[in-house]
Amino acid sequence: MSESVGPLLQKPQSIRALRAAIAAGNTRATDLAEGYYARIERFNPQINAYLALTREQAMEQAAKVDAQASQGDPLPSLAGIPIGVKDVLTMRGAPATAGSRILEGYLPPYDSTAVQRLRAAGAVLLGKLNCDEFAMGSSNENSAYGPVRNPVDLERVPGGSSGGSAAAVAADLAVATLGTDTGGSIRQPASFCGVVGVLPTYGRVSRYGLIAFASSLDRVGPFAASVQDAAEVLAVLAGHDLLDATSAMRPVEDYAAATVQEVKGLRIGIPEEYFGEGLDPEVRAAVEAGIDALRAQGCEMRRIRLKHTQYAIPVYYLVATAEASANLARFDGVRFGHRSKSATNLASMYRLSREEGFGAEVKRRILLGTYALSAGYYDAYYRKAQQVRRILAEEFQAAFAEVDAIVAPTAPTAAFRLGEKSDDPLAMYLADIYTVTASLAGICGLSVPCGATSTGLPVGLQVLGPHFGESAIFRVAAGVERAMNGA
Amino acid sequence: MSAEVTIAEVERVAELANLELAADEATRMQRDLNAILGYVDQLRQVETSHVEPMAQVSDLFADAEVAGHGESLRADALRPSLDRADVMASAPDTDGAFFKTPKVIER
Repeated sequence: MSESVGPLLQKPQSIRALRAAIAAGNTRATDLAEGYYARIERFNPQINAYLALTREQAMEQAAKVDAQASQGDPLPSLAGIPIGVKDVLTMRGAPATAGSRILEGYLPPYDSTAVQRLRAAGAVLLGKLNCDEFAMGSSNENSAYGPVRNPVDLERVPGGSSGGSAAAVAADLAVATLGTDTGGSIRQPASFCGVVGVLPTYGRVSRYGLIAFASSLDRVGPFAASVQDAAEVLAVLAGHDLLDATSAMRPVEDYAAATVQEVKGLRIGIPEEYFGEGLDPEVRAAVEAGIDALRAQGCEMRRIRLKHTQYAIPVYYLVATAEASANLARFDGVRFGHRSKSATNLASMYRLSREEGFGAEVKRRILLGTYALSAGYYDAYYRKAQQVRRILAEEFQAAFAEVDAIVAPTAPTAAFRLGEKSDDPLAMYLADIYTVTASLAGICGLSVPCGATSTGLPVGLQVLGPHFGESAIFRVAAGVERAMNGA
Repeated sequence: MSAEVTIAEVERVAELANLELAADEATRMQRDLNAILGYVDQLRQVETSHVEPMAQVSDLFADAEVAGHGESLRADALRPSLDRADVMASAPDTDGAFFKTPKVIER
């Protein structure tokens, strides 16, 4: 491989710069795509971010962009931009495993809406990205196809469940990627890998073609190397879709424009509950430096309370597993995916196909969810969790009557080592302690890089906004980013 | 509610979920479920007698707002759907028109 492939850790060029270069004929989309495949070939064996490459369709799309550019045609907003897709989203012509053996070999016959929108915007889709099985995990160690390694430190996890999506951007194996977030699966890996990851408001991006984990929580969102790039990709993904009944009809705002607005005068809430016991001192120091930077740019900082935050993890692990137990009932060996060869009748086919196809964490969550929904326990667990879910959501709504955005750490620690938490499910669940509440409430949020620990591990600062408050969180995140870049 | 989950209960729930567990797996799941359920038990501290359950994000919005937040059904009109051959291509066993499974009723 040539020298020009560069080092493992490298920042992609901005979407804006690439778009201009392609439109001006200075860069060919086909060359750009070839360059990305060369990097993937060189570096993917070390980090295991890609599970499948879709070179043929990518090169076809890139050639189409080059033809448009050479004719001087106006180019769509992501024309020629190399993008990777988390393997829980369907993409025609590519396998969709969801990180599970049970879907090994499955070729979905349709595009998810998010993928279809990227294609329509001219994006060059490079391939499918590794993740925790059915997006269940916080370290990417639950993938049936091996863990993803953090490009910042190969002995550490990239976070999860969208670990491949975060690692691919950090290692410049894609300019941007799609991830999904049910309890923190975009924000936490973004924090661990030092990239931007966005959780759009529930209903802002269609879930059609997303292999369901917990339908009332699942969201699709972008990873990118900068706040502006993330804003540009979200603008393409967002909008109403007839194929998702929970998709919102509200107009999509100009998110990129929000990233260049100054933050002066914004009211920012600092929730006490996100800075308590369990927060790593180095993460705290980095996040507090981010807060100081926002104050210096003229934000008004307000101490706020979100008193029920401690209950978010218990609520999440009841609601999410209950929904998962229902959603994952469809994997039965009948219509797609793995069918056991040892089955002798229909009942044993269901049970053996699921036994052979699902990993331990997926089974654990199905069992927990089934238990919480079963007769005699429904009121004590599932109904109780739904009631506390409302309290958590209303607490955020009340807070957003007083502040424009909330700032907190994304995760209590920087990236941990592979194997460090994999034997203790409860310890792993606590990695999501600062992210699950926003998931339950349906509000928007993102993680933006905010310095590093003394050993150079990235720290993410989380910005939370009200329902459909994406412009506000992009504006705040861009303020943090400018400060980090010394601007 | 913090009564320990027994092995028999783990096996019953596995049966409800159509999961087959090896003997060592059932023991491990029993241990993990008890740890997790012990942790979620703290929800009992929250007073919820007058709180409506929240199943969907749209439950937070007043009726007039809901249309703009989704939760509205599309018109009941015919639309193109997936091609049967494309769908059947992923089936473990099919005759082209139907999914085939092992026998359901033994006689």
